[in-house]
Amino acid sequence: MLPAFIYVFLLTQIPFVLTIYYSFFSWNLLKEGSFRFAGLDNYTRLVTNESIRTAVLNTVVLTISVIAISVVLGLAVAMLLNSEVFGKGFMRTLMIAPFLIMPTAGALIWKDTLLNPLFGLLPYLLTPLGLSRVDWVNRFPMATVVAVEVWRWTPFMMLIILAGLQSQNPEVLEASRVDGANAFQAFRRITLPLVRPFIELGALLGSLFVVQTYDSIFMLTYGGPGEDTTNIPFLLYLVAFQGYSIGQASAIGVVAVIITIVVATFALRTLFSIFQVEARR
Amino acid sequence: MRTADSPLRSKVLWSVVGWLVVFVFFFPVLWMWLEGLKTEPQAASSPPTILFLPTLAEYQEVLSGDFPPFFINSAIASLVSTLLVLVLGLPAAYALAIRPVGKTRDVLFFFISTRFLPFAASLVPLYLLARDLQLLDNILALILIYTTINLPLGVWLLRSFLLEIPNDLFEAARVDGAQFRHEILRIVVPLIAPGLAATSLICLIFSWNEFFYAVNFTSSVAATAPIFLVSFISGRGLFYAKLAAAATLASLPVLLAGWIAQKQLIRGLTMGAVK
Repeated sequence: MLPAFIYVFLLTQIPFVLTIYYSFFSWNLLKEGSFRFAGLDNYTRLVTNESIRTAVLNTVVLTISVIAISVVLGLAVAMLLNSEVFGKGFMRTLMIAPFLIMPTAGALIWKDTLLNPLFGLLPYLLTPLGLSRVDWVNRFPMATVVAVEVWRWTPFMMLIILAGLQSQNPEVLEASRVDGANAFQAFRRITLPLVRPFIELGALLGSLFVVQTYDSIFMLTYGGPGEDTTNIPFLLYLVAFQGYSIGQASAIGVVAVIITIVVATFALRTLFSIFQVEARR
Repeated sequence: MRTADSPLRSKVLWSVVGWLVVFVFFFPVLWMWLEGLKTEPQAASSPPTILFLPTLAEYQEVLSGDFPPFFINSAIASLVSTLLVLVLGLPAAYALAIRPVGKTRDVLFFFISTRFLPFAASLVPLYLLARDLQLLDNILALILIYTTINLPLGVWLLRSFLLEIPNDLFEAARVDGAQFRHEILRIVVPLIAPGLAATSLICLIFSWNEFFYAVNFTSSVAATAPIFLVSFISGRGLFYAKLAAAATLASLPVLLAGWIAQKQLIRGLTMGAVK
């Protein structure tokens, strides 16, 4: 056990301590001798700075909408694949493809071949609706990022929820039908409580990944236009690798850790309470 | 009469609905494949070309051009880091599952918490370290980072598989005088072959598709497949067919592995929680 423990400790905990340390210094990598103690300057700048507030807000909006939509869609698709349909196995196989496709590749395909206002397929298909030359990526940047991420995370939710549905005893549903429960009642009273832990698990794991979304933003919008899709990971990238402000980037890193912990706790609690209210009815 | 044909009718109805939904989700992948089989004028036509004579010209172009080194870098980074995860992770998982030490729970939670520490937490120090050790644009840096990312997951997953082995087997082996290393190699490894497969699959997915460290820690020599795709973002004109061919090739290993090992995929993604 020790080697793995030491390895993980060396490459995660010590850097994190160093991140906290650097966050109290002002240091521009490109300016030699610029390393000096700055106290809480980096943190006060975070509070006063518009960019960080925008990034926090964007991160929250992106994470919550992607998780909420993909859980609902994932549940719907999982229920479809769990019912009596032709070609279940093949459907599942095709369905998980968006999750397996390299995110950078998926984002580029969406941007250049599906959404491009001149040559993309979607504007062409929407021509009869009068939406032919809409530049989706630039006019609705956040919605585009959310859509591409939902496309990627719905299969993930579907897989987990489907596993939950498959652990259900079909005889229980059958019995409820005999007792006169309609499909909706059976879903709310029997199926939903059963898959609840699976939904929670999917939403929790998913949000921990989605909060770190970077690939598709880099490829689709590069954080823009302006700062419309700049989330915390992307802001960190801009500050650390475009601005070379080591101290400022470290302060963002510390905040990112705190937000991750909050999101994880919050996501879990919210879901928990929602379902408990549902179950009590 | 009605009772006889209504189940079939509902099956057909739901099948149609299901296939429509699946088609919508799969369509971008299919479109990527189709675009890669077009010529450049066909890929950048308005209205989009639907019917065309497929050609492998763009694949040839990608494979004979500068793509292969990127692909090879991806393969090296993913495979070596996956191997490291197995070598380091299996003994740790074994210790946690079969011979629990005190505070096993704490150690487990420590491992898993590091998986969800945002990369923001350690990015700057790791970057400075890599710079000082001359490891920027060196594949070794990516290998070490991917091992760090995947090791916690590997330990959890492998442990969940090890817990399913009946303890008697180990007792019997120990009575027979098997040494620790032999115990692991001869008994554990064959028994948790599916676990090793699941762990490798998840490590492969995460490291092959990884972008943040790849784009910031490498530039040319050690750049991986997703970095090759970055060059298509701008400045190169309209190379949609070539882009689609490259995207297809870059996605192929993980897509195939995930499809082949679908069973292991769920278990891996949920860190062993869902079987």
